[in-house]
Amino acid sequence: MNQINQSILTLILLLPLAGAVLLALVPDRFKLPNWIALVTTLVTFGLTLHLPAHFDKAQSGFQYVIDIPWIKSPAIHYHVGVDGLSLWLVVLVGMLAPIGVVASWNAIQSRRKLFFALFLIQQTAMLGVFLSLDLMVYYGFWELSLVPMAILIAMYGRKDGPKAALKFFLFTFIPSAPLLIAILWLYTQTGSFDFTTLQIIIAHGNFPAGALFWAALAFLFAFAVKVPVFPLHGWLADTFCEAPVALAMVVAGKLGLFSMLRFHIGLFPVQARAVAPLLVGLAVAGILYGACLALVQRDFWRLMAFAALSHLSLITMGIYGLTLTGWDGAIYQILNHGVVDGALFLLLGILYDQYATSQINAYGGLAAKLPRTAMFFVIASLAMIGLPMLGSFIGEFLILVGTFTGVSKGWAIAATLGVILGAAYMLWLVQRLFFGPESALATSKPADDLRAGHLAVLWPLTALMLAMGLAPMLWLPTIEKGAHPPHAQAQTMNLLSQGEGQR
Amino acid sequence: MNPVLNHILQFLLHHANLFRILPEVVLTLTGVLVMLLDATLPPHCARRPLGWVAAFGTMFALWASQFQLALPEGTGFYGTVETSAFTVFFHVLICGIVLVSLLLSLDTLPEGSHHQGEFYALIVFGAVGMCLLTGAVELLLVFIALEISSIATYILAGYRKHTARGPEAAIKYFLLGSFATAFLLYGVAMIFGATGTTQIYEIARAVPIAQNHAFILAGLGLMLVGILFKVSAVPFHVWTPDVYEGSPTPVVALMSTAPKAAAFALLLRVVYEMLPTLRPVWQPLLWVVAVLSMTVGNLAALRQQNVKRMLAYSAIAHAGYLLAAFAGLGTSGIAAASFYTAAYAAMNVGIFAVVTLVSGYDEKLPLISDYRGLIYRSPLLGSLLIFFLVSLIGIPFTGGFFGKFYSFFAAVGGGAIWLAILGLLNSGLAAAYYLRLVLITAQRPDPDAKSAPQQGSQIGVAVGAALLLAVAATLVLGIVPGDVLHAAESGAYTLEAPPAEINLPTYPASPQAQP
Repeated sequence: MNQINQSILTLILLLPLAGAVLLALVPDRFKLPNWIALVTTLVTFGLTLHLPAHFDKAQSGFQYVIDIPWIKSPAIHYHVGVDGLSLWLVVLVGMLAPIGVVASWNAIQSRRKLFFALFLIQQTAMLGVFLSLDLMVYYGFWELSLVPMAILIAMYGRKDGPKAALKFFLFTFIPSAPLLIAILWLYTQTGSFDFTTLQIIIAHGNFPAGALFWAALAFLFAFAVKVPVFPLHGWLADTFCEAPVALAMVVAGKLGLFSMLRFHIGLFPVQARAVAPLLVGLAVAGILYGACLALVQRDFWRLMAFAALSHLSLITMGIYGLTLTGWDGAIYQILNHGVVDGALFLLLGILYDQYATSQINAYGGLAAKLPRTAMFFVIASLAMIGLPMLGSFIGEFLILVGTFTGVSKGWAIAATLGVILGAAYMLWLVQRLFFGPESALATSKPADDLRAGHLAVLWPLTALMLAMGLAPMLWLPTIEKGAHPPHAQAQTMNLLSQGEGQR
Repeated sequence: MNPVLNHILQFLLHHANLFRILPEVVLTLTGVLVMLLDATLPPHCARRPLGWVAAFGTMFALWASQFQLALPEGTGFYGTVETSAFTVFFHVLICGIVLVSLLLSLDTLPEGSHHQGEFYALIVFGAVGMCLLTGAVELLLVFIALEISSIATYILAGYRKHTARGPEAAIKYFLLGSFATAFLLYGVAMIFGATGTTQIYEIARAVPIAQNHAFILAGLGLMLVGILFKVSAVPFHVWTPDVYEGSPTPVVALMSTAPKAAAFALLLRVVYEMLPTLRPVWQPLLWVVAVLSMTVGNLAALRQQNVKRMLAYSAIAHAGYLLAAFAGLGTSGIAAASFYTAAYAAMNVGIFAVVTLVSGYDEKLPLISDYRGLIYRSPLLGSLLIFFLVSLIGIPFTGGFFGKFYSFFAAVGGGAIWLAILGLLNSGLAAAYYLRLVLITAQRPDPDAKSAPQQGSQIGVAVGAALLLAVAATLVLGIVPGDVLHAAESGAYTLEAPPAEINLPTYPASPQAQP
């Protein structure tokens, strides 16, 4: 077992790559590429489940650490590890991958080998972002995660793929140039790319405050575009419209939000404190703006994009409220959002595959023909809204409580307004898609409800939403461990006298 | 002692000089052999096997370059050629590029094209000049080596003489190139006038005490003109797009990389070894040239419609990134520049190989828009094209990333923060046009367009090997750059270290080397 613990992270990172190589070699016949991708992602998921199973909850700090010198000069280490912060996110990425494969099962008809190979490379890149503890390795995976995504959007775009892909790529690539400069600058100051070393040095070292502020800002800027935070969301809607369903599920939110917690607040607590009020303000603006735009969308992919903007902004608010409750809620909400979005995208993808349109007003009255689709969609929508007993309720509640008591009552109330608007646009979407008079489109096609493969995915997802709503204590203790990294803790605790009261 | 071994040892000692230029000797013999075989084979015989002869000769030369590492560091032939870790690094690089280009030409030159035998011979002779250029430590020999490599490339540039662009490219390249070489020679003359010698070590010693400082500066300036022309840096870049467009693509794969590598080796030698004391003069100059090259190259590339012209401007931009490394101090700058040369060569040869396969020797598909849906027509070529473009953008885990990384890292280390920032902004700009090609390649084929010519799905053994080598090199440089960087660093040390005593005593002293 010890042997496995020592190499489990490498296995998790390499397995999707190995799958991609295997895919390149096999012929594109029958459903062979699909099956290989499915098996690879399922095994990877199984491996990620090993992490929580053998995670030592009593211990704080990183576990399953691997630290091997990779390049001598400059000193880059292959340094990976998980803590409470990344533990469940890794599992989430592992879990969404097979769902993505199922969602692409019939949707992708041409060049399936290439599609699944790139999808698996994307998988490695995302897992790498969550696992890396060396800034250069992290940067490598961060950049790598752009490439398969951009290519797949261009290849399988619904209308104007290349344009959306270009937007997506440049929006993320250009801010990562300042990020690289900031990383290099940190290296010239400290001689290290190592996360924990840098954390200690920055906490205790005497850096010129101005330069450190700019470095922190460069980090934040890169992450804020990726989340996206309110005025930087230009790429999101086009990407959601054009990206294959499997990739839309994985693109938004997780990477940027996680990076904010780990590398912005984790490395620069003082600087993060300085910009936090601004970020909270932008987040509230994003919640309301996203929700309002979602209300008026006619295309369900765009609606999902602005809904995502709204929900991700809520999580951003939880993060930059800088309260421990808010952080717990934010991390928990990232998980919920991943699960719920996974289910919703899968269902919308199924609808799109059948009816070949994403115009909401073309649908209507599908509930009678597709009762199972309707049922799952309603459950997932309720979960998204934050109905009690379903997962999002806990996450949103923690975030809002943290903000209300720890930051400002006004912001919390404004954000709650956004949550109410969220209920409005989701329920209205459900109504327009599934209820009302049967539309011409719905009558034009024979009913073709969910297949066994879809059910095999949707039942567990639904169960998971319920479990996350009813038994949050299965997850929260490890998350809490991760939300208080030992070095940042001392500093942030001093800064947050109010935040402590609620525990 | 074993008499045979003894005999060999005696031979080695006696001909030690010859081992200093062993790769060049091997390459020359290969070239001559190819020429002779070409002349003796009956006219109707296929000339393709000659390509294999050239390829095997180059492989042998590559091995010979590696073998030179075993020689004690030093000079030969009266202090005119040097073997050191530095020269070996560039010899191996150049032989590698030439090998890949030969393999590429083997499968892509059309059957029965004219003067095929000479084509292979010229590539090999060009390689002789380039190799010699990296090893020469005597300015006259530098000039001769430069001419050997240039003349071969001038001819190769005009190889598609039935097209309008072919001869135009060759003549443009030849006229401008001759001018540039003349500048270089003039610079050599100036420096000789000021210091009384053309031996690089001697010049390095003479410069600090030389009286005619103005002559040395003028000489440096003129030599820089000649060299910067060869590396196609702004403002000496105007020939690049036209020549790249008109030349056969396998030749462009060669001449956008190997002569550049040789010219950069020469530039490193001239500025870091010959005139290190003039650093305050050449460094700002190269700073400006670097920024100009990146910016002009990238801005012009944004507007190109022809793939080869776009890649030509991208080559100009890459010369700029590479020159950024010259802002670095001593060893780190030299190592970064050497590493970048290798990384650039790997990905550029690769991308031109793919372009050759897609467009064909006759270039039926020259435009960027012709690449639409390539990944659907031919998944392998499409993926490879995207892979090399991703490396040119500088995404991690490819050679392009570490090349740029070390180059800008060296610049930051040398205090040129702004150069690094401008460089990174430029690579953001460059991403836009590389990405355009990536995305067009990945786009669904146009359903209305006339059925695009089916890609030759058969990829031959030779060109397959060439692509495999290029991909492997790009990946190795991106994932485990340690070894190559180490080789570049040990090369940098030998260049930086005060020149070893020229082992003149064993040979009759040359008039220049003895003051």
